[in-house]
Amino acid sequence: MSGDGDLPPVMLPSGRTLREPAARAEAKAPAAPPLLELRGLSVEFPTRRGTVEAARNINLVVNAGEVVGLVGESGAGKSTIGNAVIDLLERPGRVSAGSVRFEGEEIRGRTEAEMRRIRGDRIGMIFQDPQTSLNPLMTIGDQLAETIAKTTGLRGPAALARAAELLQQVGIGEARARLKSWPHEFSGGMRQRVVIALALAGDPDLIIADEPTTALDVSIQAQILDLIKALCRERKLGVIIVTHDIGVIAEIADRVAVMYRGEIVEEGPVAQILGAPRHEYTKSLIAAVPRADRKLHRFASVDYIEGGASAARRIDIANHWLGRSESPKGTGVAVEIEHLNLSFVLQKALLKKNRRMLKAVNDVSLTIREGETFGLVGESGSGKSTVARLLAGLYRPDSGMIRVLGQDVVTNPRAPEARRARRALQMIFQDPYSSLNSRMKVLDIVAEPIRFYRTTGSEEETRRVVADLLDHVGLGAAAALRYPHEFSGGQRQRISIARALASRPRILICDEPTSALDVSVQATILNLLKDLQEELGLTMLFISHDLPVIRQMCDRVAVMRHGAICETAETEQLFAAPQHDYSKHLLGLMPSMELLGPTGL
Amino acid sequence: MLAFILRRLAQSVLVMAVVSVISFSLFNFVGDPVNNMVGQDATRERRAEIRLELGLDDPILVQYARFVGNILSGDFGISYRIKQPVDDLILERLPATLELVFVSAIIALVFGISLGVYTGIRRDSWISRLVLSSSLIGVSLPTFIIGIGLIYLFAVHLRWLPSSGRGGVVDLGFWKTSLLTVDGWRSIILPAITLSLFQLTLILRLVRAEMLEVMRTDYIKFARARGLSERSINFVHALRNTLVPVVTIIGLNIGGLIAFSVITETVFQWPGTGLMFIQAVDFVDVPIMAAYLVFVALLFVVINLIVDILYFVIDPRIRMGGS
Repeated sequence: MSGDGDLPPVMLPSGRTLREPAARAEAKAPAAPPLLELRGLSVEFPTRRGTVEAARNINLVVNAGEVVGLVGESGAGKSTIGNAVIDLLERPGRVSAGSVRFEGEEIRGRTEAEMRRIRGDRIGMIFQDPQTSLNPLMTIGDQLAETIAKTTGLRGPAALARAAELLQQVGIGEARARLKSWPHEFSGGMRQRVVIALALAGDPDLIIADEPTTALDVSIQAQILDLIKALCRERKLGVIIVTHDIGVIAEIADRVAVMYRGEIVEEGPVAQILGAPRHEYTKSLIAAVPRADRKLHRFASVDYIEGGASAARRIDIANHWLGRSESPKGTGVAVEIEHLNLSFVLQKALLKKNRRMLKAVNDVSLTIREGETFGLVGESGSGKSTVARLLAGLYRPDSGMIRVLGQDVVTNPRAPEARRARRALQMIFQDPYSSLNSRMKVLDIVAEPIRFYRTTGSEEETRRVVADLLDHVGLGAAAALRYPHEFSGGQRQRISIARALASRPRILICDEPTSALDVSVQATILNLLKDLQEELGLTMLFISHDLPVIRQMCDRVAVMRHGAICETAETEQLFAAPQHDYSKHLLGLMPSMELLGPTGL
Repeated sequence: MLAFILRRLAQSVLVMAVVSVISFSLFNFVGDPVNNMVGQDATRERRAEIRLELGLDDPILVQYARFVGNILSGDFGISYRIKQPVDDLILERLPATLELVFVSAIIALVFGISLGVYTGIRRDSWISRLVLSSSLIGVSLPTFIIGIGLIYLFAVHLRWLPSSGRGGVVDLGFWKTSLLTVDGWRSIILPAITLSLFQLTLILRLVRAEMLEVMRTDYIKFARARGLSERSINFVHALRNTLVPVVTIIGLNIGGLIAFSVITETVFQWPGTGLMFIQAVDFVDVPIMAAYLVFVALLFVVINLIVDILYFVIDPRIRMGGS
């Protein structure tokens, strides 16, 4: 704690200039205690089947003016630590051992009333999803004023004035007017700014940010990270950033702690951890991060996490069931899209001029060659998924032409030739949880297209084919008799891939297939897709918002924005020399990976 | 918002038109109105006279137009049995029903919401468990059994409260109320509880389920992380967010209270419109049945209109979508 002289220009309301611990810290100046110090912290969740230790023997120090990253994959226990510090663990979780010292004082085991004075006043929290962090039925101003009243005692107009100041500080213009806005009137990035303003309302010394940018687009992510960094420097805040994203860590953190299965396996300055990791897990994790700076043939294996990667035997396409496709023979071009347009009606009205329309796809033309992986990249709302859905026939275009394997599928979508062409085209969706019917066995999920199209001679053959497919996507034939909920996200995505393959497709549309997955799982799924493509000679349309992933997967890329394509280029060319201004802008936003060493490549 | 209300009003008019067709058709399909008025042994001339008098020989559309016109001017015809204007009969009995419904709605709302919030927040306390298990009784027992049980316990066995009637009634000129005398209050307690019990448990369980849902949301967690007080979190942040579905159900259920009051009024011999309706059914008194039908439908439509307007007040997101 280096004194309050460095506080931002906005001074605290009178009567609350120096805080007690800070004063004491200055009294015995040289050996000031760290802002937050966790010693031997353990958190357990008692369940019916015994106690689960979510965090074990955690030691962590956060100093004022420092950003500490807490990185790990889902289930590693990183959010648990943040919640344990402010004593907001989900029931029945509890801190079972260790100490939490904040500004030199033990705060573990305080009463609820005492903790309430610490929360918001001295430790602020920022949560992942700004869409859900704000009460939808209260105006921004009311929510801020309520928190300000609680933390500073200011009420009425004074609280609203302070609220406007806070909004200004987090970069929201016309702050006074916006106090009367409701949360749904803000975009995601703006809401996250409001959330940050709320966390700052009590002028805390420590901010715990739990995945603060995960739900945001890259360009917004960069802004929010810059804001957090600036606030940290300006106010001498201590910040803990909890994230699964190595890119975020590289961007913002001073020090990193890597968590794996409830333990911190390695901790140190960010350059050392990312550049020269010592622990095996950290090495695997960093090797699994898609690199934006160079293209690799495959992702390095991540054995430490997934166990021994199953070496699926290769398919000889000439003799295999998968090779006996009835789809039309191609002419070197898999998909041709010409001047495609689609508008959605935002607001219905009787008169045409009163209708509000959104041009979701605006004069899009592209050609996908047979056997290549074509990338579509853009931020949310850019229309990339809509193009995929149009191609798959889930929407009908307003105008334009789509040819799949040379066959027009727009003019008469019900014609037998169009149906046969469409059958050669299968989709893999983003969310592996909602895209599988949880009441069907994996066998039935994968066999459904086979049974529907009657592509096998008998039920016995169907089962053999399903077993073979499951084996091939790395799940093993035994998976057929289980239900989707018994599988993890990555395994479910493998089921989706097996289901897509069961129609013997020639073209796969992958709509953000890995954005819901952990980075190590993402690496194995992307490797699987690459292998399948090589073996089966598949054509892929690969949709992602993640430029590094695009670089690893795609041969050619189209950059989309506002429903239109800005630029189509060879992948390497795009990354080396982007032509369009927006492509340059997007590439500039990628978190820098300079710190990452060549580990595991 | 105005456009939204106008649209809803137009829909309401449509609903009422359909209901009026149904209640009009009662006259022609439920028995022969002439027989009902003069009995089996009237002469042929007398029958023809009455047919002419009632306009029963006119084309059906003319008859319907006359029916609607009469309704709009508040004329529901004359009861076959009591030989009095139906609108007078209804107006005379309406206060009793409305007071009963009003008191039981208040009971259901106050206890339903407060117990729902309590059991939602302290879901593991023994009081919550007790409330929840006893609420099953309210859902599962039919109204008349509860009514008879209450009469047996409080009126017959303990002799604390009267078992039937309205007790002391004060005539305010336009409205006969039983809420101004002790005797009247003593009389309304049992029927009001009987009528409210089902709705109370429904509201309780709905509010509790919604509370549990809302308590899990991120904004409640975020409110906690800002150190806001429990009271503010529970009643400012959580309760209001549970209200949209709760208001929907409550709106429909107050209509349900009026409909269910038929049974309660019969059990407690409560002199309201429900009891009148049951008696009318016994004697095929079509004008009363038709008028009751129109009247209940009108109440439902009005209540739903109010509910729709309440949505606007509660949830700003609906406000934006509608305007």
